[in-house]
Amino acid sequence: MFDFDPVLLARIQFAFTISFHIIFPAFTIGLASFLAVLEWRWLRTGNEYFKDLYKFWIKIFAVAFGMGVVSGVVMSYQFGTNWSIFSDRVANVLGPLLGFEVLTAFFLEASFLGIMIFGWGRVSKRMHFVATCIVAIGTLISAFWILSANSWMQTPQGFSIGEDGRLYPTNWIEIIFNPSFPYRFVHMIIAAYLTTAFVVGGVGAFYLWRKRHLPQARIMLGMATIMAALVAPLQVVIGDFHGLNTLEHQPAKVAAMEGIWETEKGADLRLFAWPDEKNEMNHYEVKIPHMASYILTHDMEGEIKGLKEWAKEDRPPVATVFWSFRVMVGLGLLMVLIGIVSTIQYFRGKLFTGRFLQGWWILMMPSGFIALLAGWFVTEIGRQPYTAYGVIRTTESVSPAILGAQVAWSLLVFVIVYMFVFGAGSYYILKLIRKGIPAIKEKDHYYQHGIEALVIEATAHNGDKNV
Amino acid sequence: MFDFSSVIDLAMIWGLLIATAIFLYVLLDGFDLGIGILFPFAPSHKCRDRMMNSIAPFWDGNETWLVLGGGGLFAAFPLAYSVLMPAFYIPIILMLLGLILRGVAFEFRFKASDKNRYFWDYIFHFGSLSAAFFQGMILGSFVQGVKVSGRDFVGGPFDWITVFSIMTGIAVVFGYALLGSTWLIMKTEDVTQKWARKVASYVLWFVVIFMAIVCITMPFLDERIKDFWFSVPNIYYLLPIPLVTFGLFLLIFYDLRRNNVEYRPFFVSIGLFLMGYLGLGISIYPWIIPFRYTIWEAAASGPGLSLMLVGVVPLLPLILGYTGYCYYIFRGKTSHEHLY
Ligand code: HDD
Ligand code: HEM
Ligand code: HEM
Repeated sequence: MFDFDPVLLARIQFAFTISFHIIFPAFTIGLASFLAVLEWRWLRTGNEYFKDLYKFWIKIFAVAFGMGVVSGVVMSYQFGTNWSIFSDRVANVLGPLLGFEVLTAFFLEASFLGIMIFGWGRVSKRMHFVATCIVAIGTLISAFWILSANSWMQTPQGFSIGEDGRLYPTNWIEIIFNPSFPYRFVHMIIAAYLTTAFVVGGVGAFYLWRKRHLPQARIMLGMATIMAALVAPLQVVIGDFHGLNTLEHQPAKVAAMEGIWETEKGADLRLFAWPDEKNEMNHYEVKIPHMASYILTHDMEGEIKGLKEWAKEDRPPVATVFWSFRVMVGLGLLMVLIGIVSTIQYFRGKLFTGRFLQGWWILMMPSGFIALLAGWFVTEIGRQPYTAYGVIRTTESVSPAILGAQVAWSLLVFVIVYMFVFGAGSYYILKLIRKGIPAIKEKDHYYQHGIEALVIEATAHNGDKNV
Repeated sequence: MFDFSSVIDLAMIWGLLIATAIFLYVLLDGFDLGIGILFPFAPSHKCRDRMMNSIAPFWDGNETWLVLGGGGLFAAFPLAYSVLMPAFYIPIILMLLGLILRGVAFEFRFKASDKNRYFWDYIFHFGSLSAAFFQGMILGSFVQGVKVSGRDFVGGPFDWITVFSIMTGIAVVFGYALLGSTWLIMKTEDVTQKWARKVASYVLWFVVIFMAIVCITMPFLDERIKDFWFSVPNIYYLLPIPLVTFGLFLLIFYDLRRNNVEYRPFFVSIGLFLMGYLGLGISIYPWIIPFRYTIWEAAASGPGLSLMLVGVVPLLPLILGYTGYCYYIFRGKTSHEHLY
């Protein structure tokens, strides 16, 4: 029969639920800022197209936000259900960080979200804009704390270990601003912005393709082009710095990312390889000589430690880390490319008419999400076999009382429910996109109770083709 | 690093703070879960839309108190967190799944076609129902205590199913239904309000019955609870709790019969919850894992608790302030003006 390994199952369950969760925050972090910019442009210029776009994206935002909230609530309990020993040992250090996330961010987001979505006509325009900004800032504060907690698990410092094996904080500044935090925070926020930019740009391109909502579609594709042209290259640079930081603190992870087994000087950059953990080597390598050393040490002959420097039980899984890293970087470079091409086309006056480019933007819609997940896989799987790097092993973290079967069942239920929720959510978001941007002009009168406006709008537009 | 543990009783303060967070959760999410519980019984589609509209701007903020409860327990009483979470593994996951389904039903329902809306209405109902029921079961089995050895939970995966916990599960469902229906009396008019009044009077009987059963059985769960309530000086100090509860019951029975009283039933229901919660809290104090670990034994180390206290002192009033502001913005009746 099945041999339930609770540690493996608990890992899969945690990985599944958090991967599901991060898809939504990443999108809402980007969308919240995007909405704030739209509303600001609308208030500044009085251009109604910005308002149309705001009203359109906020519905999608509401769906994504709701899914982010409910999947996030699960996360805050899964530390305890799956990793009780870990929780008990690190709570003194990580607890306050997560506590501050709730106090400084979650309440802020959740409360002002109500005004943002339902408050039209109940508060002044200015107050509504303030609410949008507060929600946007709230998402960034939330990312600050959670990434600080996660970065601490990658590069722990600022604590001492008590006789009972539990961790005691000694310096909060060192804990919060641990060495990998600044890189991870910036990299993640930019990732969220890019993810959103590619969804927005894809929707803009889709409408241009279909010749609908042309003025609004131009705004969307134009804004996305600016992001792709300016921010995607920035992400490559930040990513490079992030990698250098990782090389300093988690060299085993970098060795897995690069697929390097033997410590070598002037290491080659493997573009393609099939890492084989059993025989400790790669198959089918395609390499660029000396490039890995150049990227990581900025010196053609720099030395890179190979995986064999670590005992087998101290190495992360190589193939997943190696491939996830390539997926992320590959997509990152593709983003830079589309940014360059779109900018050139813009100056040639062809950005909004070229069919090929529109098709490309449409295809790139999920690219941000894929790169984001791939990035997290690199970070998290590359941290193995530890939960807090070098301090607590994953095998020591799991709840002792959790039987394999219990985790297996709950994992199965999570997969089913999440697939269902995810399917429905994607369906409704796509439906909103297909339905198009509502022309709000004639419905601009607010009802006595602002709450109802949304319901009315949602129903009044069935079958409405407009513009 | 700064540490106030020599100056003030941090465990006590955090115990009170977390108890307050959980109580606020119970009240706030209580009424919106209650609306989910009553949802399919509403007389018309229009009523259901109005019920949904009356809570749509608030539910997310309400649920955040649950995150604060869980996150706060992790941060302030890690031992309790790491014992209780595995102990209630199954009911917690079932509760979370309920919350997920009802949470997304909010959004999807607004976007669904008329045909599919029924489907999400039922998802909303069953999600709310199971979240409420499993919360009640967790409460019941928490009060009964869990098996602990050292710093680990050592019981079985189904220890939480007992007659007592099933009863508390049902009790919480009715309690939330009372909060939900009195909220509706306050926030709606006409048909919906009339219906809510009827439901509230009906649900109230069950609340009376279940509260009585819990009061009678609690002292028999553990000698210490019995001694505490019935020893001589205590009984005089504690007497106000049952007396006030009784008074509140009379008041709400009376109010539900009078059509012009719209706000008081909700606040009286809150009062009833407060009394029940106080009674429970006093019985369990000072245990955080009943009859095994006290709050002082389970508390996190001083520096963490101190740091968080420094954060909480300005932040909590601020949070309460803007939460209040949001309720104020959406004050008044949910519109009955309905344009289809
Ligand atoms: C970089 C960002 C990021 C990352 C890595 C995570 N989250 Fe998250 N989370 C957010 C960014 C975010 C957010 C943007 O702030 C959300 C999305 C939607 C929302 O309501 O806030 C959110 C929601 C959210 C909620 C619901 C809050 C509410 O009730 O309003 C909880 C409880 C968590 N998260 C908990 C977690 C835990 C325990 C994580 C890791 C183990 C985690 N999140 C990773
Ligand atoms: C939000 C983006 C994140 C994603 C997509 C993600 C993904 C993953 C994945 C794939 C694993 C499994 C690794 C393996 O077992 O091989 C994992 C493990 C884990 N992660 Fe993350 N993670 C994220 C953020 C976080 C954060 C913010 C924290 C903590 C504050 C965290 C804590 C953990 C823990 C405790 C484990 C389990 C132990 C382990 O298997 O290493 N993760 N995560
Ligand atoms: C070509 C450019 C890129 C480079 C060189 C790069 C580099 C890196 C490195 C080295 C890490 C792992 C750090 C560690 O765990 O120690 C990482 C993680 C990550 N990457 Fe990238 N990255 C690039 C592009 C992207 C893009 C385009 C996205 C998403 C849109 C993205 C999203 C992420 C995320 C979410 C993580 C995990 C969180 C973190 O550690 O920051 N990256 N990246």
